[in-house]
Amino acid sequence: MIVELGHFALMLAFATALSQMALPLWGALQRDPALQSMARYSAFVTFALVVLSYLALTYAYVGSDFSVTNVVMNSHSSKPLIYKISGVWSNHEGSMMLWVLILALFSALVALRGTAMPERLLASVLSVQGAIAAAFLIFIILTSNPFLRLGDPPPEGQGLNPILADPGLAIHPPLLYLGYVGFSVAFAFAIGALIHGRIDAVWARFVRPWTLLAWIFLTLGIAMGSYWAYYELGWGGWWFWDPVENASLMPWLMGTALLHSTIVMEKRDALKVWTVLLSILTFSLSLLGTFLVRSGVITSVHSFASDPGRGLFILGILVFFIGGGLTLFAVRAPALRQGGLFAPVSREGALVVNNLFLAASTVAVLVGTLYPLALETVGGAKISVGAPYFNLTAIPLFVALLFMIPFGQSLAWKRGDLYGVMQRLAVAFGLCLLAIIAVFAIVQGGPVAAPLGIGLGLWLILGSATDMVIRLVPRGATLSIIISRAMGLPRSAWGSAFAHAGLGVTVIGIAATAWGVERLAITKVGERLNVGPYAVELKTSFKRTGQGYREEGAQFLIFVDGQQAGLIETSKRVHAGREMPTTEAGIVTFGFGQLYASVNELMPDGRVSMHFYWKPLVTLIWGGALIMAFGGVLSLSDRRVRIAAANKAKRSLGAAAKATA
Amino acid sequence: MTRKQKRLSLIAAAGAVLALSAGLILYALNDRIVFFYTPSDVSKQVLGPGTRVRIGGLVDVGSVDKTALPLIRFVISDGEAKLPVTYRGSLPDLFREGQGVVAEGVIVSDGLLQADTVLAKHDEKYMPKEVADALKAKGVWQGGAP
Repeated sequence: MIVELGHFALMLAFATALSQMALPLWGALQRDPALQSMARYSAFVTFALVVLSYLALTYAYVGSDFSVTNVVMNSHSSKPLIYKISGVWSNHEGSMMLWVLILALFSALVALRGTAMPERLLASVLSVQGAIAAAFLIFIILTSNPFLRLGDPPPEGQGLNPILADPGLAIHPPLLYLGYVGFSVAFAFAIGALIHGRIDAVWARFVRPWTLLAWIFLTLGIAMGSYWAYYELGWGGWWFWDPVENASLMPWLMGTALLHSTIVMEKRDALKVWTVLLSILTFSLSLLGTFLVRSGVITSVHSFASDPGRGLFILGILVFFIGGGLTLFAVRAPALRQGGLFAPVSREGALVVNNLFLAASTVAVLVGTLYPLALETVGGAKISVGAPYFNLTAIPLFVALLFMIPFGQSLAWKRGDLYGVMQRLAVAFGLCLLAIIAVFAIVQGGPVAAPLGIGLGLWLILGSATDMVIRLVPRGATLSIIISRAMGLPRSAWGSAFAHAGLGVTVIGIAATAWGVERLAITKVGERLNVGPYAVELKTSFKRTGQGYREEGAQFLIFVDGQQAGLIETSKRVHAGREMPTTEAGIVTFGFGQLYASVNELMPDGRVSMHFYWKPLVTLIWGGALIMAFGGVLSLSDRRVRIAAANKAKRSLGAAAKATA
Repeated sequence: MTRKQKRLSLIAAAGAVLALSAGLILYALNDRIVFFYTPSDVSKQVLGPGTRVRIGGLVDVGSVDKTALPLIRFVISDGEAKLPVTYRGSLPDLFREGQGVVAEGVIVSDGLLQADTVLAKHDEKYMPKEVADALKAKGVWQGGAP
């Protein structure tokens, strides 16, 4: 009964999403306030219906209702509650439900927070959101319906794919989708602006918090996905330039560009048309990511059993929104009032350079991701584009961009003084050079890229620090002056400093991977094996039965300078039901580095075939991402960003009264 | 700076970055991609030693040799031809005899592939797509329901 209610709510949500699309748009075009005001209510109703539908599916999972096909395929009555709840999105149908849920959530939030926006803009924005929701709802109803019943319910479900039975499942997909789908708001704003033919700094002020929010979630989602793959797959790697990873990296790069261009637009009323284009492209890449991952054109850990009909349907949605958005842009962009021009050497000039490099690296990643598919489609050779391609294309562009970041941060708006900036950054630059030399001297030999990469990361951190010191410490400053300045500094300044420094931390973590040690060895009791600065010795191997699986593995003693410093354990598990083996890597953290062990085979004579890695500073890669996201949160909490809407509200008495009511 | 100069400097910067990235992409696409072959493709053409390739097929039943661990030997077959492979590393969890596999590495001598990457299917339903296509084309494997 509940399941049928959910099914019904889903169809009803499609109907209300259609009305959310059509009525406000008509109202906006006809300037009919009554129809425009339908936008907010439709958004709330659609959201409520989608929530209802989603909860009904969750109810079926939690109650292990095995008359529902989707639950049978992906759940098991003995699963812990967390995997019953997160199991909802462990499969194609459920993850599309999560996608739509988040989309409806963003629509409702825009409707809730948008009271201060011009009514026509709000109506158009919510109308576009309604169109996207309608497209994905009908996609779910027609091709991926999770509410279908089974005529002959089995007593037990097939269980969750063991790779997915991990806390990562509860965190990674929602974060990633909050990022992907969050960019739909910027897209909707861009389409709204194009429909109106009007765009100004106020528009940018409304778009920026949403872009920032989406960016924070996408940053966390990518980092979480990377860490999950690192510890779960047992391959010891954290990024494989896999098409599915690239699918999330591309909107992140474009979204980062968008984040910076909205700043220029808000502060200087420039780069308007470009910002609108970036808004369209960022969400287009999110849609492309959804298509690549969900359509089954690419096989990966993410591709669930899929049929071509679904792929074609998503491709249709993709073509409609990207094609429609870009066509509207081509037709209407010339009508937008162009923003002002500015001097090349200035903060805004630097942000243009940032945008150019981010856009160029997105193109490089896009070409590398789609070229094999395109070649195969036209019947050409089968090729694979992997790390060597991306290392040669995207990495040099990244490095150039990273090097320039501190200069951009220190340049003034309108007319910057590059020579003055160089003087101010001289200390930071000198320290980085010293650090590079020192690292070279300490390590003696080894890959050249590592010390240079460390220097680059340090350059980003010290660049941010320099900027903050110059802002906070005037000549002859006392502690109280510094503190009062620090309190008075806008949070967005802190946010940008933290975000760039976090990026530097990640860069240091990545650079240090070059010093990683990999040992493939046959181990036996009483024999020590050196892995980087540590030694390991086989303690015991075991075969045992756990809950829902049997496993065989080995335990090793870890030695530092001959002293025992801990244990590391790794195993291979075979999960009951699916008979699917997984490797459980053993990970022990020392400082910022990690010792990583994965067992290959227990040999009949008692020896164990093992794969060990020493990964110095590896945790900085994800730690840096956390710092970046923290910077984003700081910026988001900035009064100017947060209250942008309220300031606008004060102008209109009616809106102000509504706000206090 | 005049308006025209500002505009020109913007265009010049955009052009330079575009040219740089286009150059990198074209060079990398020529130089840094790996072609996918089946064992019979390899037997029909001359691939010089040192050529980097991706080979797909089925792991020949009974061919997996772990006597020299950590070095692993196995044979990839597509029904027509066989290609011996040596690999030093961890085999994926789903690597099995008689199942689909993709190995990437360098052809060292006379049809021996020294693999540095071995990929197997990810779940019980998944055969690496390129392998499935290649085997279907040869009629060796019909594939199950999608």
